Amino acid sequence: MIGQSTKRREDLRLLRGRGQYVDDLDLPGVASMAVVRSTQPHARILGIDTAEAAAAPGVVGVFTAADLAEINQPWPVHLSNAALRPNEQRTLPVDKVRYVGELVAVVVAETRYQAEDACELVAVDYEPLPGSGHLSVSRDLPVPIHEDLGDNVAAHAVQTTGDVDAALAGAPRVLRETFSINRGGGHSMEGRAVAARYDRALGQFLVWDATQVPHQARALMAELYGVPQDRVRVIAPPDVGGGFGPKAGKYPEEILVPWLAKLLDRPVKFVEDRYEHFVSCTQEHLQLHRVEVAYDDDGMLLGLRDVFEHDTGAYASSLIVPLIAGTTVPGPYRIPALHIEFTSWFTNKVPSSAVRGAGRPQGVFVMERVMDRIADDLGLDPAEVRARNLIPADAFPYPVGLTFRDGSPLTYDSGNYPGLLEKGMAEIDYAGQRERQAQRRREGALRGIGVSVAVEGVGLGPFEGATVRMESTGRVTVVLGAPPQGQGFETTYAQICADALGVDQDTVDVVTGDTGTIAYGVGTFASRVMATAGPATAAGAREVRDKLFRSVAAVLEASPEDLEIRDGAVAVRGTDVAMPLAQAARMSNVGAPGVTMPAGTVAGLTATAYFNPASAGYSSSVQICVVEVDAETGEVEIVDWVVGHDCGTVINPLLVEGQVLGGVAHGLSNALYEESLYTDEGVPVTTSFLDYPIPSARELPRIRLYDQQTPSPLNPLGVKGAGEAGTLGVPAVIVSAVEDALRPHGVRIDTCPLSPGLLGDLISDAQTDAQNEARTEARTDTAATAGI
Amino acid sequence: MTTSTTTHTIDLTVNGIPRQVTVEPRTLLADTLRTQLRLTGTHLGCEHGVCGACTVLVDGEPARSCLLFTVSLVGRSVETVESLEEPGGRLNPLQQSFQDHHGLQCGFCTPGILMSLTALLRDEPHPDEGRVRDQVQGHICRCTGYQQLVDAALAVSDEDAEVAP
Repeated sequence: MIGQSTKRREDLRLLRGRGQYVDDLDLPGVASMAVVRSTQPHARILGIDTAEAAAAPGVVGVFTAADLAEINQPWPVHLSNAALRPNEQRTLPVDKVRYVGELVAVVVAETRYQAEDACELVAVDYEPLPGSGHLSVSRDLPVPIHEDLGDNVAAHAVQTTGDVDAALAGAPRVLRETFSINRGGGHSMEGRAVAARYDRALGQFLVWDATQVPHQARALMAELYGVPQDRVRVIAPPDVGGGFGPKAGKYPEEILVPWLAKLLDRPVKFVEDRYEHFVSCTQEHLQLHRVEVAYDDDGMLLGLRDVFEHDTGAYASSLIVPLIAGTTVPGPYRIPALHIEFTSWFTNKVPSSAVRGAGRPQGVFVMERVMDRIADDLGLDPAEVRARNLIPADAFPYPVGLTFRDGSPLTYDSGNYPGLLEKGMAEIDYAGQRERQAQRRREGALRGIGVSVAVEGVGLGPFEGATVRMESTGRVTVVLGAPPQGQGFETTYAQICADALGVDQDTVDVVTGDTGTIAYGVGTFASRVMATAGPATAAGAREVRDKLFRSVAAVLEASPEDLEIRDGAVAVRGTDVAMPLAQAARMSNVGAPGVTMPAGTVAGLTATAYFNPASAGYSSSVQICVVEVDAETGEVEIVDWVVGHDCGTVINPLLVEGQVLGGVAHGLSNALYEESLYTDEGVPVTTSFLDYPIPSARELPRIRLYDQQTPSPLNPLGVKGAGEAGTLGVPAVIVSAVEDALRPHGVRIDTCPLSPGLLGDLISDAQTDAQNEARTEARTDTAATAGI
Repeated sequence: MTTSTTTHTIDLTVNGIPRQVTVEPRTLLADTLRTQLRLTGTHLGCEHGVCGACTVLVDGEPARSCLLFTVSLVGRSVETVESLEEPGGRLNPLQQSFQDHHGLQCGFCTPGILMSLTALLRDEPHPDEGRVRDQVQGHICRCTGYQQLVDAALAVSDEDAEVAP
């Protein structure tokens, strides 16, 4: 069961078109909400005229901040951090808008068509202010985005270990480099979606929300509505069309839909369209890293200073992304002295939040660029420089000397980075690839080989829980607080429960993401659920088994220690004495004539367990990629690509492969294709898939996976996270390979993503430089010959 | 802005069953399928004809139901993902292969991909990898990286090849 490639049970409905995503729910009488969004990056709202919209066909109501003051108080800070400056966000902005796409008013109508028609009739009177579409513009914006702060700095934070100044001053060699990396949106194929009805009999908001964090959504709704949490039931449906981070955010529409359902006394729903996903769903923006690195003549790292700037968009509810980016920089390498410092800037863009990788691809990119530059400087092979600096396999637990985003010391729990790298080099025949590269170069091809090694903080707490229940039928139900968005929880948690309980996994049902069924949960993000809900499920299952054994021991005339679950029955070890599970469960849950439970028995075969990891765990990955670049078109062809991934114990290899492959695809998209672009004033210019390409099956190559399992000591299952692992090393490995391919042209790449246009420019600039140099040399030679 | 209030009643065939629907001229096929006919297996991913999630077959050819006006489909035959399963709700060979190869994760884009592949496999029962990738290149899947779903389609292609004389 654990370790088995069980096929997914959720596929049976999804493949037949019988999934139940939020927009598929049958809610009789449901009205549609559509949103009037800011057309301005930065502007004061002078007035909003809704009269014409309110009179439009089918319109049920039009609402602005003035209409909903009752629930429009400032939002509480999501994850406080001393470095994060308070910036006020409300459901509906009252005085000014801070990004194109910000929600200004909403229309509820009988149909989505009518609601959108009426949105066009809402007239908003703006007084435009200068806007910022780049962190460099934010520095000198005449009117700050949050005026009470006096400037556009959202946060500034520093972490150090060791003496970096001394390392830089005393090192045989020092390199100084600047790297920029931009990302984009999550682009789950299903947009954000929320539907709700208000149950007057229960006095309860019933909310279906395509969210990664139903319990967090409930907490925010309850706080803003001023009701106890149990008056809000948030259900993240079992079918959510992808998440990738942005659905772990909180959005004004989630607050408005349930409230309007109560106000209008009918169900209301909102489904984000793709344009809205581009302009109103959180994404990751630019980071600019200035790095100084000290090392010796053998390429051994002595110290590193990374001072970077982070674009957080118009609001910041946490510092998750820059904190993770900074703490990901050291990666798998021993670095005696570190200085990580960042400034987070407000800009007039949709707020930034985690997108698959959540700052880690940026951190890996920076460190791996540095390793390539050191190799270059010393004339060493890039894989060799990495191998020399890797943390040895016997050095765990390994303290990096920094603090992770969860506030715990950044201490790697387990791993074998040299082993993973060696395996990868063998898998791709690294030495042979270098020979073939030399051959292809002689033939005139631009072939390059890139390497990246990455460490990923995963499985962070504070907790995740599971309720395990043996029903009176003998079937078992696992209730998880965390919801899936395609990861296959219904299958994997059945495997874990069945394994711990000793029952057939097909007799285990898994229920997820409903705040009405489990009191507390944190949510699905940060590759965290398996390392928290996994052990919780196993613990709950074991507790249910113990309860079952205690309650039937007397009837079977055995002690609980002598019982086992065997072939669907509770049996006395080494005998034929057994009671079918259904009978045993019925006796325990309902009672049976003549059976008295032992004193102190807590009724019901149910147990709720929470698992609280002592700290985050750390997965690792190695990627080696061979590319050829077309100098004319700037097109990058992937020749071969191996990806090795260590996420500890693997519950379901088939599904982990899927996670890694999907993660790699997302990373490749970030490295070569997608990029959210804005004008300097903050107007988004990539707002459809026509100007924001996401690669298809034609662009994505076949990827070869290999595996290493180093169990985590932090939880009894030994598991770590796998959801983001594929993504983080990709921008690094692709840029590494492309730069290597372009070595004959002397091209240096300090930025990502690499669009064909950018690559073409880099190549032609390098060629022009080379020609100029050649001309200069020729002139000098001529001059020398002429005796000048 | 003008709001259309005129409606048209049209006849078409959906999954082999004659249906009559009353729609505005601007009503899109995807919306007719999803809201009037309650065939919610067809999903909307971009509503501008790029992502392919809403793909259905119109007279046997893949078409974006987010770009088609329902009124243009008088007398036409539409097939959706709901038509694929075998009697008793069993998965058909392509669907089964998707499950076997973990060819889907969140499942939102899957119905459209299944419809495109269904059209391909009817015309060419044994496509090679290049043909499969060409056929699904009009679909965006954000979860899988395509490898496992391409493998799923190829396995069906090979399976048929073995069965065929």
